[in-house]
Amino acid sequence: MVNDWVYIGLFILISLFLPAAAILIAGWLAPKKPNKIKNSTYECGIETVGDTWVQFRVQYYIYALVFLVFDVETVFLYPWAVAYRQLTLFAVLEAVVFLLLLAGGLIYAWKKGALQWN
Amino acid sequence: MIPLSWILAFSLALFFIGLFGAIARKNAISILMGIELMLNAVNINLLAFWRYLYSAHMNGLVFIAVVFAVAAAETAVGLALIISAYRNRRTITAGDFDSLKG
Amino acid sequence: MPTVNDFLLILPEVVLLIWALLILLIDLWIPDTKKYYTAVLSAAGLVISAGCAFALLGRTGSAFSNMVVLDGFSSVLSILFLLSGLAAVALAYDYLKRNAAQRGEYYTLLLFSIAGMMLMASANDLIMVFLSLELLSIPLYILAGFFRPRLASEEAALKYFLLGAFSSAILLFGIAWIYGSTGHTDFPGIVASIDGGRANYLLLLIGAGLLLVGFGFKIGVFPFHMWVPDTYQGSPSSIGAFMTVATKAAGFAALLRVFLVLFPAEAPIMAGILWGLSAASMIFGNTVAIAQMNMKRLLAYSSIANAGYILMAFVPYGNPVIAQEAVSSALFYLLAYALTSFGAWAVMIALEPAESDGLLLQDFSGLGRKYPWLGAALLISMLSFIGVPLTMGFWGKFYLFKTAVDGSQIPLVLIGLLTSLVSAYYYLRIVMFAYFKPGEPQIQPGRWASVVAVICAAGIFVLSFIPTPVFQFAAQMIMGMK
Repeated sequence: MVNDWVYIGLFILISLFLPAAAILIAGWLAPKKPNKIKNSTYECGIETVGDTWVQFRVQYYIYALVFLVFDVETVFLYPWAVAYRQLTLFAVLEAVVFLLLLAGGLIYAWKKGALQWN
Repeated sequence: MIPLSWILAFSLALFFIGLFGAIARKNAISILMGIELMLNAVNINLLAFWRYLYSAHMNGLVFIAVVFAVAAAETAVGLALIISAYRNRRTITAGDFDSLKG
Repeated sequence: MPTVNDFLLILPEVVLLIWALLILLIDLWIPDTKKYYTAVLSAAGLVISAGCAFALLGRTGSAFSNMVVLDGFSSVLSILFLLSGLAAVALAYDYLKRNAAQRGEYYTLLLFSIAGMMLMASANDLIMVFLSLELLSIPLYILAGFFRPRLASEEAALKYFLLGAFSSAILLFGIAWIYGSTGHTDFPGIVASIDGGRANYLLLLIGAGLLLVGFGFKIGVFPFHMWVPDTYQGSPSSIGAFMTVATKAAGFAALLRVFLVLFPAEAPIMAGILWGLSAASMIFGNTVAIAQMNMKRLLAYSSIANAGYILMAFVPYGNPVIAQEAVSSALFYLLAYALTSFGAWAVMIALEPAESDGLLLQDFSGLGRKYPWLGAALLISMLSFIGVPLTMGFWGKFYLFKTAVDGSQIPLVLIGLLTSLVSAYYYLRIVMFAYFKPGEPQIQPGRWASVVAVICAAGIFVLSFIPTPVFQFAAQMIMGMK
């Protein structure tokens, strides 16, 4: 019992030591000749333009919200899928009704233009 | 195995961190994050009780799935309200919403 | 595995939910100029569901392995919620058009919220309590912000959402502790575990306290009231009216059932807390309401005070003899309060011009002379709020005070009487403006709000002649609650 914890403690120590050592040794050995171009922000080799804290279009958020709801609802489908072979007909139909409800939501979002990108 | 009381203490700490965040923060998104932490604490609590004491029945586990899904729906609505308020007013600091007074 | 009988017992809820889903989709193909179709359709759904609820009146039983239970308590409250929903549709009909917010989602969301309330009144499992609480709250968050992009409405929605989500999290934490203590979430299982001595008393007590805080937010008692005035003022008035009545009633429904069934043993401690909440709400609501010049805010503070009155009867709930009486007088008061509150809100909505955050009291000047019917409705509602004889409000308070006296809560009754006297000041001030100040109020186009106002006022007056049968009915309905 206690031994397990010792291993976990050792593991944490080693995992802290390795990256720390790599960074420190590199910083200690590497030659340093900074200039203006080297210190500038690196973004795919292209010079950055404007402020990085820009606002995204609201369309992203609507997509994200719709995605969030549909994504999380799958939590009910996993147990259903895993236990599928042992389920009664009623349970299968229940999941179908659940999917129909989600489809109704999708139709609503679609018709309201939440999926339109303009 | 880790004793049950440790997990309960952890969930209690998480709940109070969330509670503090929800009360002390000014930004609406931060408040929402605090509330989510509280809900996560509830889930850890339920899961610990289920696993250690009542794993014979599935009701605790089912409850967690329900909490999970409902929390997502609630967050979606909340974020939509926050975005709507932001587009209109350019701020989501709770203290700036003070047009209603009496 | 569920049988047909299970579905039969929750038929009103099933009908309402299916109807709401259909309307949500049908509304997509209704052109913007013809949104009144949606209103009529939703009213039809409410009527059909109410018909089912009436047909089930007197039936009892539990369904879906004790998830929900049908009894007199849930039936009566379901009908109350459905009628409140009808009133909310009628009040919204002209009001939304006037405010250029005639969108079909209003009605769909309203139906979802009512279904949540009905499930809450019949919840027999803590999972169900949580789920129905969210089903009733989430649509209301959106409805509170329905006048988007108006600032006041968005602000109301945001405040309601943040505090509502916060309170659900607290409630959920309470449920988690109760589950930890007993290993069950269904009420019969929890009761069996407590009776068998297997439950941890301390954990149960913590759970009960957290549940009380969660419900306290929903029913809006002091000190969990901070969202109430802002939300009621900023939301569309028809939603404000609906929330003062139906949300409060739903919160009380769950509170009464949960505490009566699960926590009779914790009564000595809980009674003290309930006592404090009740007294503080009565004093706070009534004194702060005096300073309000905006009708919506005034009604909001008045609703806080009224929540305190209902809690008063519930303080001695640990005594099984009083408990029955407490629930029936709470039901009776909820009915009286529903009529009174809808009456007052309806008069205001009839007069409220577009784009306003609620009328000021001065705006009622001259109402009695220019519109005698509306003036009379306002007068009767205000008298009923105070608890003057010949109104339902009087009998409602009478039964509440009687229950509290029977439970030997004399100091609380004295606080109730004194605060009622204080409340007479601000209610009568509205009447004074309406009858003794000159002015030219203007009824807005559309007559549905006036119709609701007159019906409610007539109900307040007529039912006050037959209080005993109504109370007997309520008492008889809750007989089999345990």
